[in-house]
Amino acid sequence: MAITTVPETPRKPGRPPSPYSARPQRTSLGRKVRDNLTGHAFLIGAVLCFVVFSWYPMVRGIVMSFQRTRRGETTWVGWDNYSRIIADPSFWPAWQNTFYFTVLALVLGYAVPFFVAILLNEFRHAKGYLRILVYLPVMLPPASALFLFKFYAYDPSEAGLFNAILKALHLPTSQWMQSPEMTMPAMVIASTWMNMGGAVLIYLASLQNIPGELYEAAELDGAGIWRRIRHVTIPQTRLILALLAMLQIVATMQLFIEPLILANGAGAEDSATSVAYLIYQHGFFQNDLNGAAALGVIMLVVLAGFSAVYVRLTAKQD
Amino acid sequence: MAQDSGTRTLISHAQLSRGRGRVIYWTLLAVVVAGFTLVFLGPLYWMVTGALKSGQEIAQTPPTLFPKDPQPQNYIDAWNNLALAKLLFNTFYYAVGAVLFQLVFDTAAAYSLSKLRPMFGNVILALMLGTLMIPAMVLIVPQYVTVIDLPIVHINLLDSPFAIWLPLVANAFNIFLLKRFFDSIPEELMAAALMDGATPLRTLWSIILPLSRPILGVVSIFAVTAVWKDFLWPKLVMPSPETRTVSVGIYAFAGGTPMNVVIAASVIAAIPTVIIFLIFQRNIMSGLTAGSVKG
Repeated sequence: MAITTVPETPRKPGRPPSPYSARPQRTSLGRKVRDNLTGHAFLIGAVLCFVVFSWYPMVRGIVMSFQRTRRGETTWVGWDNYSRIIADPSFWPAWQNTFYFTVLALVLGYAVPFFVAILLNEFRHAKGYLRILVYLPVMLPPASALFLFKFYAYDPSEAGLFNAILKALHLPTSQWMQSPEMTMPAMVIASTWMNMGGAVLIYLASLQNIPGELYEAAELDGAGIWRRIRHVTIPQTRLILALLAMLQIVATMQLFIEPLILANGAGAEDSATSVAYLIYQHGFFQNDLNGAAALGVIMLVVLAGFSAVYVRLTAKQD
Repeated sequence: MAQDSGTRTLISHAQLSRGRGRVIYWTLLAVVVAGFTLVFLGPLYWMVTGALKSGQEIAQTPPTLFPKDPQPQNYIDAWNNLALAKLLFNTFYYAVGAVLFQLVFDTAAAYSLSKLRPMFGNVILALMLGTLMIPAMVLIVPQYVTVIDLPIVHINLLDSPFAIWLPLVANAFNIFLLKRFFDSIPEELMAAALMDGATPLRTLWSIILPLSRPILGVVSIFAVTAVWKDFLWPKLVMPSPETRTVSVGIYAFAGGTPMNVVIAASVIAAIPTVIIFLIFQRNIMSGLTAGSVKG
């Protein structure tokens, strides 16, 4: 390596070494190399983990999606895995369900936390208690929370919690997970309950950064509560709203444990199959890791498309 | 955050403390407190008491609010039949290891990126942050293939705790959080330490880390909850019943176990994280908001 050939200039005695970040111009090459090596030595552990468990699998997933391994022999098969995965009868339902879930989750799981945060921000009492309550479900292991919904809330008989409430209100009861139409809404309700705490806290933090004078001025101009939300609160939290929208889309694309536990996988008439569940099915049940890798690449491309649209939309607003 | 009653929000303080505003405020507060208690605490109550009910009582219409004939046996069965002690120990062990690995490697990396700033540091940081946009599901298959046969060294990590610990180190969010915190530590402190002849490691240990306790706490809590909440990855890389985590264990048993016992097991599995949360909730709240972007 080149480093060994660099001559070391002895440091002048008595002259204090300079701070790393503000190096004077007369630093010797040897010192520079040594500083860099120290810096990289501190980085190496994390970088290695990224290389092995993130960056390399990224590339490998793409390569795998064009290969087929049979009896230890790997051959290049072009787009075969892709055509096989697209031909799976669950492929389109899985995408449909995932998008449906994303849309529902954007309406419920995205708007509700924002309004809950606005509401909590107005209260001067019981704030801490309410914040703890909202965040409590986030701390449950997801399997625990989902079994709770599966066994109690979504019990299709009248003993189920939701059906008992509906019956008390004289509303028609539902079959919940046994009914293909209710599967997705039921999964979104469970998922929102489980996950909204994090979003509420993030919104609360950004609501607290809004200068009070803005509301003051809006009020003097005669703006009512809704117009104040529309013209002050939303524009002032635009960045964080946009960021969480993107994160929400990435998160909902991974819909997996909800169908697995609530619907035992595919659900009634494939109404619960998600893309992530299909990846799991192909990869770990049908022993078709290459097909699963191809589906992963398709998911990545779809998400990249989302990101591109998102970047354009947010760039336009500025 | 509870003390900020002086700052102006959507509705002015004066409006809320006078006449009609005051009535509406207290009514709304009462409704929200009651509603939230019902929505967020209610199901937990249902879960804890439901696990005490007998099979018949659970299937009864209308459902009972209190268990008529409490059966603590369900909890005992859950503890014994599912070997919950072993499952909880495994999960705890993985969580502690995850904290240590992340603290050591992610702190060192963030320190390097923030203070030592070696060549290509920004490129490395950008590549790390890029992984935030890739959902775990996209990588699950190639990551699994990598873990069962690590490149170059050809080691199989199945059933080894390293299969959980090492991938968690590749956590761009933590590194970003730590780097932002280190960035806020004045450069002069670094210069002074260097003047005194401290090595970078010494500076990290004696100056940066003591100042960074809050953020280190946050990263630790995130690491614990990540292990506690993860499902698919431990399910894949810990296939043996002896190495399972608690979430996976409950799922694996759910098929052939009575439902109240499964619920009892779920309650027991939830207790440790809920306790951790109640103890550290202040740190968690501030940690979540420290990572947020100003809107």
